Amino acid sequence: MEKWYLMTAAVLLGLTVRWTVSLNSYSGAGKPPMFGDYEAQRHWQEITFNLPIKQWAKFINPDWIALHTSRGYESQAHKLFMRATVLIADLLIYIPAVVLYCCCLKEISTKKKIASALCILLYPGLILIDYGHFQYNSVSLGFALWGVLGVSYDWDLLGSLAFCLAINYKQMELYHSLPFFCFLLGKCFKKGLKGKGLVLLIKLACTVVASFVLCWLPFFTEREQTLQVLRRLFPVDRGLFEDKVANIWCSFSVFLKIRDILPHHIQIMISFCFTFLSLLPACIKLTLHPSPKGFRFTLVSCALSFFLFSFQVHEKSILLVSLPVCLVLSEIPFMSTWFLLVSTFSMLPLLLKDELLMPSVVTVMAFFIACATSFSIFEKTSEEELQLKCFSTSVRKYFTCFTFLPRIIQHLFLLSVITMILLTMMTVTLDPPQKLPDLFSVLVCFVSCLHFLFFLVYFNIIIMWDSKNGRSQKKIN
Amino acid sequence: MAALGIATGGSNWFSALALGVTLLKCLLIPTYHSTDFEVHRNWLAITHSLPISQWYYEATSEWTLDYPPFFAWFEYALSHVAKYFDQEMLNVRNLNYSSSRTLLFQRFSVIFTDALFVYAVHECCKCIDGKKAGKELTEKPKFILSVLLLWNFGLLIVDHIHFQYNGFLSGLMLLSIARFFQKRHMEGAFLFAVLLHFKHIYLYVAPAYGVYLLRSYCFTANKPDGSIRWNSFSFVRLISLGLIVFLVSALSLGPFLALNQLPQVFSRLFPFKRGLCHAYWAPNFWALYSALDKVLSVIGLELKLLDPNKIPKASMTSGLVQQFQHTVLPSVTPLATFICTLIAMLPSVFCLWFKPQGPRGFLRCLILCALSSFMFGWHVHEKAILLAVLPMSLLSVGKAVDASIFLILTTTGHYSLFPLLFTAPELPIKIVLMLLFTTYSISSLKTLFRKEKPLFTWMETFYLLGLGPLEVFCEFVFPFTSWNLKYPFIPLLLTSVYCAVGITYAWLKLYVSVLTDPPVGKTKKQ
Repeated sequence: MEKWYLMTAAVLLGLTVRWTVSLNSYSGAGKPPMFGDYEAQRHWQEITFNLPIKQWAKFINPDWIALHTSRGYESQAHKLFMRATVLIADLLIYIPAVVLYCCCLKEISTKKKIASALCILLYPGLILIDYGHFQYNSVSLGFALWGVLGVSYDWDLLGSLAFCLAINYKQMELYHSLPFFCFLLGKCFKKGLKGKGLVLLIKLACTVVASFVLCWLPFFTEREQTLQVLRRLFPVDRGLFEDKVANIWCSFSVFLKIRDILPHHIQIMISFCFTFLSLLPACIKLTLHPSPKGFRFTLVSCALSFFLFSFQVHEKSILLVSLPVCLVLSEIPFMSTWFLLVSTFSMLPLLLKDELLMPSVVTVMAFFIACATSFSIFEKTSEEELQLKCFSTSVRKYFTCFTFLPRIIQHLFLLSVITMILLTMMTVTLDPPQKLPDLFSVLVCFVSCLHFLFFLVYFNIIIMWDSKNGRSQKKIN
Repeated sequence: MAALGIATGGSNWFSALALGVTLLKCLLIPTYHSTDFEVHRNWLAITHSLPISQWYYEATSEWTLDYPPFFAWFEYALSHVAKYFDQEMLNVRNLNYSSSRTLLFQRFSVIFTDALFVYAVHECCKCIDGKKAGKELTEKPKFILSVLLLWNFGLLIVDHIHFQYNGFLSGLMLLSIARFFQKRHMEGAFLFAVLLHFKHIYLYVAPAYGVYLLRSYCFTANKPDGSIRWNSFSFVRLISLGLIVFLVSALSLGPFLALNQLPQVFSRLFPFKRGLCHAYWAPNFWALYSALDKVLSVIGLELKLLDPNKIPKASMTSGLVQQFQHTVLPSVTPLATFICTLIAMLPSVFCLWFKPQGPRGFLRCLILCALSSFMFGWHVHEKAILLAVLPMSLLSVGKAVDASIFLILTTTGHYSLFPLLFTAPELPIKIVLMLLFTTYSISSLKTLFRKEKPLFTWMETFYLLGLGPLEVFCEFVFPFTSWNLKYPFIPLLLTSVYCAVGITYAWLKLYVSVLTDPPVGKTKKQ
C-alpha cells in the first residue's frame, strides 16, 4: 500500500507505548503471598515446563509445594523476560491481524486506514492489562481477530480454525462464539442446504472438531481428568460474581443482595436466561441475513450481553467487547471512541490497585487525541453518522418532534466524560468513608454499567434497524 | 460542541503532534536515568541552600556547577517549585537522593520547559515556504519539519531518558534562528546572548552569529554583484548589538565580577584537565585518529618496530576520563584541537562574509561551525551532535541535497547515541524509537523530493543499512562471545569509528555544497 511508512510508524508507536507501559508495576508486585496475575502466569509456566501433562490440572496438592520453591520469584531480569514474552506474542499474533484488518477495510482512504490502525493499537485497555497488570490477552484476541478476518473475507475454514485456537487458548472467547456460529450457519443457509451449503457445513464441522481434538487430546486419557479441566475452566461453584465488576448483577446487588437471597442453581438459571434473551434478536437476524457488517456489530452486542448478564465475569472481560468495537471504529468513530473510553474507565479500581495511574491517564489521553484528530469525531454526530437514521425515521412516524437525538447524545457524552474525570479524581485523592470502604469502586462499576446498558441498546438498535435500510434501499434501486 | 470540534479537528495537527510527544515523554518517566540526574539535583540543592558566593566554590559532590550563571538561576527558580515535591532533594549532603517524588519533579521540569522548544518549532515552521506542498497534509514541508523536530529521537532519549535540559536550550537557538529568518535580528541576537549564558557550549556557533550579524545586519546594503558595500555600514546597529551582548553578560557575570570570582567561574566552565575523548568515544576526527593510532601500534608491535616497554599503560579504551597519550602518532593537546577547530571553521565563515546568502547562508554556516567543532573539539560528548542535527532539519525540507546530507548525519548521529542507554529495559525503546524516526524521516523526505533524483547513492545506502548488522553484533552477539572479557571496549570502538566515517562524510559533503554554491547575484532569490 502507499504510505506504508506511516503504517510502519503507527505500529512502531504502538510498540513503544506498550513497552514503556510495561516498565511500570505489575499485578501483585511485591505483595506476598498471593501476588497476582504476574505470579499466576509465571506459575503456569513453571507447571507446564516441569510437570508431565497428566498432572497439569491437579496442582493444589500439598505434596507439590516442595517443587514450588520458585513461588513468588521476583527479579528484574525475570520481569524483563516476562514482559518480553508478552511483546513477542503481541507482535506475532495481534498486531499483524490489526494491520491486515485495517488494510482490508473497504471504501475508506489510506489515511483513514492508517488512522484506524493507530487508534486500535493505542487502545488503552488492552495495553494496560497486558503490559501493566500482566496478561496474555493479545494472543486470544489476536486469534479471534484472525478468525473474524478469515470469516469476513470468505476464508471460512481458516477463520474457524483461528477462532478455535482462540477458544482453546482462553475459554472467555466463547463470548464471541455465538456470532461466529450464527454467521457461518447463515452463510450455509444462503448457499442452500441441499448443495454447496451442506458441503460448507460439513467442512466447518470437521475443522472445528479436529482443532478441538488436537488441542485436547493429551487431556482425554482419563474421564476424571477431563471433568477436572472443565471444572477449572467453568467455575460454576464460585458464584454469580466476584469482586466489583461493571455488570448487572454486581450493580443490582447494591440494592438487593441476590447472591445471598437466591439459591445457587437459580442464580445460574436467571443469568443464563437474561444473557440469551438479550442476544437472541441479533443472532437470529445474523443467521437470516449474514453480512460482514452485521457480523461485526453482532460480535459487539453478544459480547456485551455476556459481559452484562453472565456469571463469574471479571472486569477484564470488557476487553472481549472492546475488540469488536475497535473493529467498527472507522464506521461509527464517535460512539466507538466513547465506548472504548468507558471500557478503560470501568477497569479503574484494578488499575489503581496495580499503581498504574500515570500510564492509564497518559494512554487514555493519547488515545483520545489520536481518535479526535484522525476521525474528527466531534463533527460526526449527525444521525446519519451515528447510523441511527432509520431508527429516527421510524420513531418520527409516531413522535414527529424526535429531531434532537444528536444533541442529546452530544450532551450525554459531555456529561459522561465529566463524571468519569470527577470519579477518577475522587478515587485518587479522597479516602472513602469508614462505613463504605468500597464506595468508589462500586460507584465506578455502577456508572460503567449504566453506560454499558446504554451501549447495548444502541448497538442492538443499529443491528435491528439496519436490514430495513438495506431492504428498502434495494427496493428503491 | 462545535468549538470542541474545531479545536480537535484535523486542522490542528501541530497541537496533536506536540501533545502526542508530550504524552510519550510522560510514559518515559520511569526509565533509566544517568548521573546527569544527580548532577541537576545537586545543582538544585546548591542554588537553593547556599548563597551566591558559594555557588561556584561548593564541592561536596563531584558534580560541581559548571554551567554559566543563567543556568544556575534557572535551577534556583526550579528549586522553589521543587520544595513542594520533596524538601530532601534540596539538601546538599543528600548525594544520589532519588525518591519517586524527586524523579517525578525532575522529569516534569524537563517536559514542562520543553514548551519553549515547541514554541520555537512553531516559529520555525512559519519560516518554511510551502512551495512544494502537495494537497496531503502528511506531504507538506511544515508537517514533516514539525515531526522531525518535535519527535527528534536524539532529543527524546537524551532529554527524557538520559536526563538533560537540551530541549529548551535548543528551543532558544531555533527561536533565534527563526527570528533571523523573520528579519528580527535584534531579538535573535538577544536570544543567542541569553543562550550563551545558559550553556557555553553554544560558543561553538558564535562565529557564525558574529560574522552574519556584522556582514548582513551592520552593513545594510550590498553592491549588485553581492560584494560588500563599505559605506553602508551602520554604527547604530553595531552599537545596539554590542549593547545587547554587554547588558546580557553584565546581568549574568556581574554579580560574580563584584565578588571577584570570575577566574573561579571560568575555571569551572572550561576544565581542560579531562581527556581528549569522553568516556565514550564521540564519533569525531579524534576517534578515527585514535583508532588509527591503535591499529598502527598493533601493527608496529607485530612487526617488532616498536618496543613494548615504551608503550604507556594507560589506555584510552578503558573508558576512564583522564589524560592520554598516543603511541605512534603525535599526542594531541587542547591547543592543537583548538587550532584545528578554528582552521576547520574558517572556510565556512569566510563564505558567510564574502558570499552572504541571507538567513539560509547563516544557517548553513552555523551547522558547519557546529559540525567542525564536533569534529575537532576537545572533550566532545556525542550529545553535541544534536547541535548540528536540529538546525539541519530546517534545511532538510528545502532542497534534496540538504535532505540527503541531513539523513546521513542524523541516522549516524542518533545511532552513536545508543551507548548512552546501555540498560536492558531500555533496549527495546531505543531500537523501536530509532526505527520509528529513521523510517519516517527517510520515507517522508523521499516522498517530498520524489520528483528529483534519488536521495542516496548505492554507497550511502549500503553504509546506512550496515548500521543494522552493527547493532546486532554489538548488542546481541558480542556480549556472548569470549572476546567480551578480554576486549570489552570493542563495541564502543566499532560504533564510534563506524559513525565517525558517516559524520565526517556528511560534514565534507555539506562543506562542498556550501563552497560550490554560486553567489547570490547570479542565482534566483530564494
